Amino acid sequence: MRIPNLATTIGAALAALVAAATPASADASKLTRHKVEFAVPPFVHAHEQVTSQPPRIIEFKMVIVEKEIVIDDDGTKFHAMTFHGSIPGPLMVVHEGDYVELTLVNPATNTMPHNIDFHAATGGLGGGELTMVNPGEQVVLRWKATRTGVFVYHCAPGSSMIPWHVVSGMNGAVMVLPRDGLKDEVGKPLRYDRIYYVGENDFYVPRDATGKFKSYPSVGESFSDMMDVMRKLIPSHVVFNGRVGSLTGDKAMTAKVGETVLIIHSQANRDTRPHLIGGHGDYVWETGKFANPPQKDLETWFIRGGSAGAALYTFRQPGLYAYVNHNLIEAVELGATAHFKVTGTWDDDLMTQVKPPLPIPDAKPEGAAPAPAKPVPIKQ
Amino acid sequence: MGFVLAAKLALGAALAATLFASGPEARFPEPELVSVPPGTITFRPAGEYLRAGIPVAPAPAMVRFERRLSIMKFPVSAAEYRVCVDAGACPRAAGTAAAPDHPAVDVSWRDAVAYAKFLSARTGRRYRLPSDAEWAYAAGSRFRDGALADLTETDRAARSIERYEKESLEERAEKATRPIGSFGANERGLVDVAGNVWEWTSTCFRRFTLDAAGAATGAPVENCGVRVLAGRHRAYVADFVRDARSGGCATGIPPANLGFRLVRERG
Repeated sequence: MRIPNLATTIGAALAALVAAATPASADASKLTRHKVEFAVPPFVHAHEQVTSQPPRIIEFKMVIVEKEIVIDDDGTKFHAMTFHGSIPGPLMVVHEGDYVELTLVNPATNTMPHNIDFHAATGGLGGGELTMVNPGEQVVLRWKATRTGVFVYHCAPGSSMIPWHVVSGMNGAVMVLPRDGLKDEVGKPLRYDRIYYVGENDFYVPRDATGKFKSYPSVGESFSDMMDVMRKLIPSHVVFNGRVGSLTGDKAMTAKVGETVLIIHSQANRDTRPHLIGGHGDYVWETGKFANPPQKDLETWFIRGGSAGAALYTFRQPGLYAYVNHNLIEAVELGATAHFKVTGTWDDDLMTQVKPPLPIPDAKPEGAAPAPAKPVPIKQ
Repeated sequence: MGFVLAAKLALGAALAATLFASGPEARFPEPELVSVPPGTITFRPAGEYLRAGIPVAPAPAMVRFERRLSIMKFPVSAAEYRVCVDAGACPRAAGTAAAPDHPAVDVSWRDAVAYAKFLSARTGRRYRLPSDAEWAYAAGSRFRDGALADLTETDRAARSIERYEKESLEERAEKATRPIGSFGANERGLVDVAGNVWEWTSTCFRRFTLDAAGAATGAPVENCGVRVLAGRHRAYVADFVRDARSGGCATGIPPANLGFRLVRERG
């Protein structure tokens, strides 16, 4: 079966869209505008949870950056494609009824055309049809946020470029909040003190004959080898925030006992199952859509590839936590581990070491005769 | 056991044949050794010390070395390890990935012990891994005491965060090995000590339980399935692990590479 080439359908689609200008675009011109400056993941730009504003046009500007990065502690180099210089691209937060107006810039220093597909948007291949920009071009797209939730966005330039660009880092997420904020299943308000955005990326780095990861002089020269690895569906790295260990050490996420944290997790390509070691998901929108009541008290939640989810948790104990993709091979061997440092007072009622590790009492030495009727004192 | 004996006899026969062929001067080359004079070291011994269940640094202890310590000047090289592999006395998977003039790495404790046994058989001398104390003594100024001593927090959770943050600041040793000699010699003449290769010792992991005053209550629990690795800091790793960066009971910063050097006993 021949898969239609997207590029050839874009021209026809564009013509159709321009001809059918909807009444909504006339209404939108009356709305106030609000410009947002991005934060760098895992941080999120300032926003209200309950909006005090009527529906507005929220303006964002994203610059596409192609750059070589290091993705692990061995110094493995990788030609990344990014929205706004980070993997994942920045989280965009709006409210239901707002319009997202994105200026997407593809600087002349880049080598490839790019576009953007917003899973939260409606029509036009998520906007992909209307945002194809060559190096040296920029485009402005506006879409109405009609559904609440967290949704992936990613580059989708056509055919094999689609998976290649996505796994090369060109993905991110949008959060469309209900105008009156998050709620549980009976409508009780749920509010967060902190928010983190964790974007998970699977990389497929080719290896040479000795098993070492290969680097390439340019992104184009890596394409063919990388497609061979991708087709086997086994990633070489599965990481948060663009590289192994990026959310650990001095970049570990932080919280205080008693604080409620919203953790948004996106995976534009591959299934994952986040788990907070030592904690839970008090309220989890596993599929990421706020019209559905959240699940409660989860140990691990499932983010299907091509989607984002959101988990709310109030920390109850201080100390170190790991936040992982709970395929533990991917967590430990491939890089899908982040850390939380949480300060506060330990609650002995929730957990206590009743006795520290000590030698087993009345233990018999190995190879001894069967136990006599009376315990024999053992010299330790 | 019978198979090993047969193999040893075959090796012995082969060695004898070599001697016959090339004359009595053709002995197996011994590694260059450094002689560390007798003396004492005051250091915090290896192991885990729990006070009320919280890991703490032990009090410094003095160890006296009555006799001089003969220890290899260089770590065992990939080329040297390869000789053992080719002789069928060391596992093939280990120790030969690096270039011949680099230290042998990806070596487990068991691999190191196999090499020591092989070298002893070949030379007729007794080579073995150093103890943690011997290594610390020979390492001299390059020996770094446990980081736990620097921690100020007493609350368990705050302490684990403090330790985590301190470790985050430490520079990570790079994985890529360098030719032997690249890390220079210490004041005893030992080369490449505390570079980017952690070195196995014979010392088993031990856990001590301390009372409130800090004195050990009873004998420690010993786990010889886990051995002490010496280098920029101590690590405790299972004896079968060759690459500690993603496994092996290690907490804190994992060692970049696992290798070893040997002590030669007198007589």
